[in-house]
Amino acid sequence: MLEIQDLTLRKGNKNILSNVSLAFRQKEIHSLLGRNGTGKSTLGYAIMGLPEYGPASGKVLWKGRDISGMSISERAKLGITLAWQEPARFEGLEVGEYLELSRNKDGKGPSVSECLREVGLEPEAYLKRQLDETLSGGERKRIELAAVLAMQPALAILDEPDSGIDALSIDFIKNVIRALVKKGSTILLITHHESVAEMADRTSVLCSGKLLKTGRPEEISRFFRNHCQPCTHVNEPDEEVIPHD
Amino acid sequence: MIDYSGEFEQLSEAYRESGGDPQALRDDKNGLMLISGNSLLGKNEIPGLMIDTEQLKDGVKAHVRVKKNTRIENPVHLCFGVIPDEGVQRIIADFDIEDNASAAFLAHCSFPNAVKVQHIMKGVVNIGENARMKYNETHFHGKEGGVEVLPKMKINVGKGGAYISTFKLTKGAAGKVDLDYEAYLDDDALSEMYAKIYGKSNDDIRVKESIYLNGKASKGLAESRIVVSGNARAEVLGEVIGNGADSRGHVDCMEIVQGKNARASAVPRLEVVDDTAKLTHEAAIGSVDKRQMQTLMARGLSEEKAMDTIVQGLLR
Repeated sequence: MLEIQDLTLRKGNKNILSNVSLAFRQKEIHSLLGRNGTGKSTLGYAIMGLPEYGPASGKVLWKGRDISGMSISERAKLGITLAWQEPARFEGLEVGEYLELSRNKDGKGPSVSECLREVGLEPEAYLKRQLDETLSGGERKRIELAAVLAMQPALAILDEPDSGIDALSIDFIKNVIRALVKKGSTILLITHHESVAEMADRTSVLCSGKLLKTGRPEEISRFFRNHCQPCTHVNEPDEEVIPHD
Repeated sequence: MIDYSGEFEQLSEAYRESGGDPQALRDDKNGLMLISGNSLLGKNEIPGLMIDTEQLKDGVKAHVRVKKNTRIENPVHLCFGVIPDEGVQRIIADFDIEDNASAAFLAHCSFPNAVKVQHIMKGVVNIGENARMKYNETHFHGKEGGVEVLPKMKINVGKGGAYISTFKLTKGAAGKVDLDYEAYLDDDALSEMYAKIYGKSNDDIRVKESIYLNGKASKGLAESRIVVSGNARAEVLGEVIGNGADSRGHVDCMEIVQGKNARASAVPRLEVVDDTAKLTHEAAIGSVDKRQMQTLMARGLSEEKAMDTIVQGLLR
């Protein structure tokens, strides 16, 4: 459904992503592993169409159609969404209102209360709360996942939904991801946690903006442990030594 | 006898359009003072609430008193308005909230047709020991922007007393606003002042909120949320003076500037006189937060709708 072809993204003279090619299948969980600064979030932002992450070359195809020139809103209307690692906070906006405006526009999706329950938050306690600094980091992240559930996207890019979250909450996050897939979503899951990455159908590993390898999660996790912790390539991958799939 | 029922209906309608419930203005259980132009159209006193009014040559003088130990349950409505497109409304409004009393006031100021209207309001508020006053002033202006809003209030808060005010002008054109509130706090007293204004086209906005923390352990907050677009200008001065021991104060200014021609400035001023006072401030001026915009757009909102959602939230 979504295909990235030879995507290169530059900041100044530096390549942040170099000739990345990747295809996502429908209802697939595709996890993306990589050390800090390897371009994982950048790839997510480029797919979502953030203006400051426009590609220098390459294409993003949606069901065969080039969407590289589309705005964030246009991509969202196609069914692509992104949950940021550090979700934004909004003064004067209630949790219920935020979830309502995130809701699938055909109105057929779950209610905002159902979405909150799915992420382990009681609607009675949260619907009228302000989406501002009064929420803890963990609460805010759960609400962001509830917003993604409410939207029922075709493709959800989840940027480290497990960071800054206690161990118990990680199971909640896994359940939400499974619920999304059950309802038809494809997931691009950006994570540092191997245990979360392993719930994926396929996993890719990025190093210094280059896609090193894509395969079964356990195989890629093993590769990641052996080659990326510490990085044996000093963040300069040698494609001769580590061939792409 | 002059029939003011037409003006009352028009002010009620303006109140409804600004989000209020006009039925509340007809409910005998609610305290009420209704001034159209420089004429007192009516008032409703309830147990514990006294409203004395005097017709001046060029305005109305009102003295609002909440008797000692009285708790007014429902908000008291203060309707101020000018229905014609031109005129000067001059109001002197003094408030006495006596010891251990509490009351909330909803002031709605409607100038729906204003082309050249001045609304001048001056007053002194005295809040007794352990008394509490909430004062919410909401403006409803038409599209012309021909209003000058000039409120100047001096507030004295007694020991353990509290004064919390919100000034809101987010619908219609702001016109010229020059808001000047000064609060003087005794021991353990509290004052929170909030100003929320949306300036468009050629609006000219000045906000000055000053809190003198004179008493021991007194607390003050001066918070402003201003959005300017078009050629609008905004200047905000939020100041807290820590004269009292262990007093605490905070100034919080946030201004959003939309477009190339709008201008905004914020000056938070803190003055520590007693060395045990602790005062803080934060001020942010700029365009709408990029991450907030992108988040809403990633949920399918257009850029315009995302901007509107953020701005309306900030001014709520």
